[in-house]
Amino acid sequence: MAAISFAGERHALAAGETVLECLERTDHEIPFSCRNGTCLTCMMRLRTGTLPEASQAGLREGQKQQGYFLPCVCRPNVDLEIEAPADAELFGRAMVSEVTQLTLSVCRLRLRTATPLFYHAGQFINLRRGDGLVRSYSLASVPRFDDALELHVKRLAGGRMSNWICHELAVGEPLDIQGPNGDCYYIGGEPDRPLLLIGNGSGLAPLYGILRDALADGHKGPIHLYHGSRTAMGLYYGDELQALAKANKNFQYVACLSGDEGGAVPGARAGRAETVALAEHRDLSGWRVYLCGYPPMVQTAKKLAFLAGAALQDILTDAFELRDLRRLRRD
Amino acid sequence: MSESLFQRIGGTVAVDAAVDLFYRKVLMDPHVMHFFDSTDMDDQRAKQKSFLTMAFGGPHEYTGQDLRAAHAPLVADGLNDSHFDRVAGHLQATLEELEVDENCIAEVMAIAGGTRDDVLNR
Ligand code: HEM
Ligand code: FES
Repeated sequence: MAAISFAGERHALAAGETVLECLERTDHEIPFSCRNGTCLTCMMRLRTGTLPEASQAGLREGQKQQGYFLPCVCRPNVDLEIEAPADAELFGRAMVSEVTQLTLSVCRLRLRTATPLFYHAGQFINLRRGDGLVRSYSLASVPRFDDALELHVKRLAGGRMSNWICHELAVGEPLDIQGPNGDCYYIGGEPDRPLLLIGNGSGLAPLYGILRDALADGHKGPIHLYHGSRTAMGLYYGDELQALAKANKNFQYVACLSGDEGGAVPGARAGRAETVALAEHRDLSGWRVYLCGYPPMVQTAKKLAFLAGAALQDILTDAFELRDLRRLRRD
Repeated sequence: MSESLFQRIGGTVAVDAAVDLFYRKVLMDPHVMHFFDSTDMDDQRAKQKSFLTMAFGGPHEYTGQDLRAAHAPLVADGLNDSHFDRVAGHLQATLEELEVDENCIAEVMAIAGGTRDDVLNR
């Protein structure tokens, strides 16, 4: 079995164990959130040894070269010497500039950073509050339009971060941010490619950014955005999206209601956004598809979009993890 | 020197062209799709590329023993000749759709056929 050296100690890994699990077993406090390689919260750095490819899969090229890796998905074959990255390498400072309720359960958080963040609309950042709790949120803002970073926070039952943001966080308070991360964003240079954007609930956040980025880039191909919600009250930014649809002939906005009101609300389609979207677009060959929301919808829609002809590398996803519902470690 | 089968088919470009077509056929075939119900489609796609590279006579590092190991859990789940024939059929249909030359198709099918005993762990 391989072993890891960390903070002057050496620990042998148990069979099948990840580096994160091993460090927890040996009483090290490593920040984590998703535990599946998505959120980058647990990022550490290699000193010596060879990393398994999977432990760097979600990282940028520069990060890989500097030896960053994700201990939650790292099952090494050889001994590794590792270190926690210096905090300043990963986290920067931001200040809350606005908290606004958008729907009963979604609020908009705007942040300003001391130094500008270079990002693409649709990527995600990690927020860390004073006690070390970390959560990921997608960027609805577009660098060329918005000075502030905009995030849509869905309040989850029992969600420590989301409830705190929506109820307690006040303008002027500081937050640490890490990022940008992820590859779910508008890719320029193909102005004629048709785009299908599907999101449920606060999954609209990255899509709202991607859409405005695409339009501002002069995208000419058709863009169809399907926003799904159970209730009409859960739909937000309807006016903004309708205005964009009016101003841009190639953009169509479709609201979908999966609950009882489906069909009763003028202008909205009845059914789940992914079901309606894929029924209205049966041939997706040559399309780029963006899927944002909870993992089961993202997984199902990804398979259906692929079977409808979209190439797998043209299906970009932002799957929200239900981090607050996970079993908490040792408490 | 005459070109290898892999070169004549078009190398990695051909693999890229074939992989989505082939994967789609497999996922839509009720007879075999349950073997491919992996949650991570990108991971599956990478494995399909390995499969195609091998069948196209391209560079690969798989031994018969590796093929046995990769498919042993599937055999335990009932993988048999009928499934093998379906997958081979999808491979052939993919190549025909891409208008690959008949002789090349025959060579590919011979390579794939030659792995039957390893894949089925016999
Ligand atoms: C025609 C001959 C076949 C060849 C040459 C072949 C080759 C391969 C190769 C090279 C891999 C990748 C192994 C790895 O890197 O882990 C693989 C994986 C796989 N094959 Fe095949 N295969 C064949 C037939 C089949 C058939 C008939 C089925 C099922 C109907 C099948 C189902 C799978 C599955 C599900 C995996 C992924 C296993 C995993 O996730 O670890 N294969 N195959
Ligand atoms: S906890 Fe490791 S990437 Fe999310």
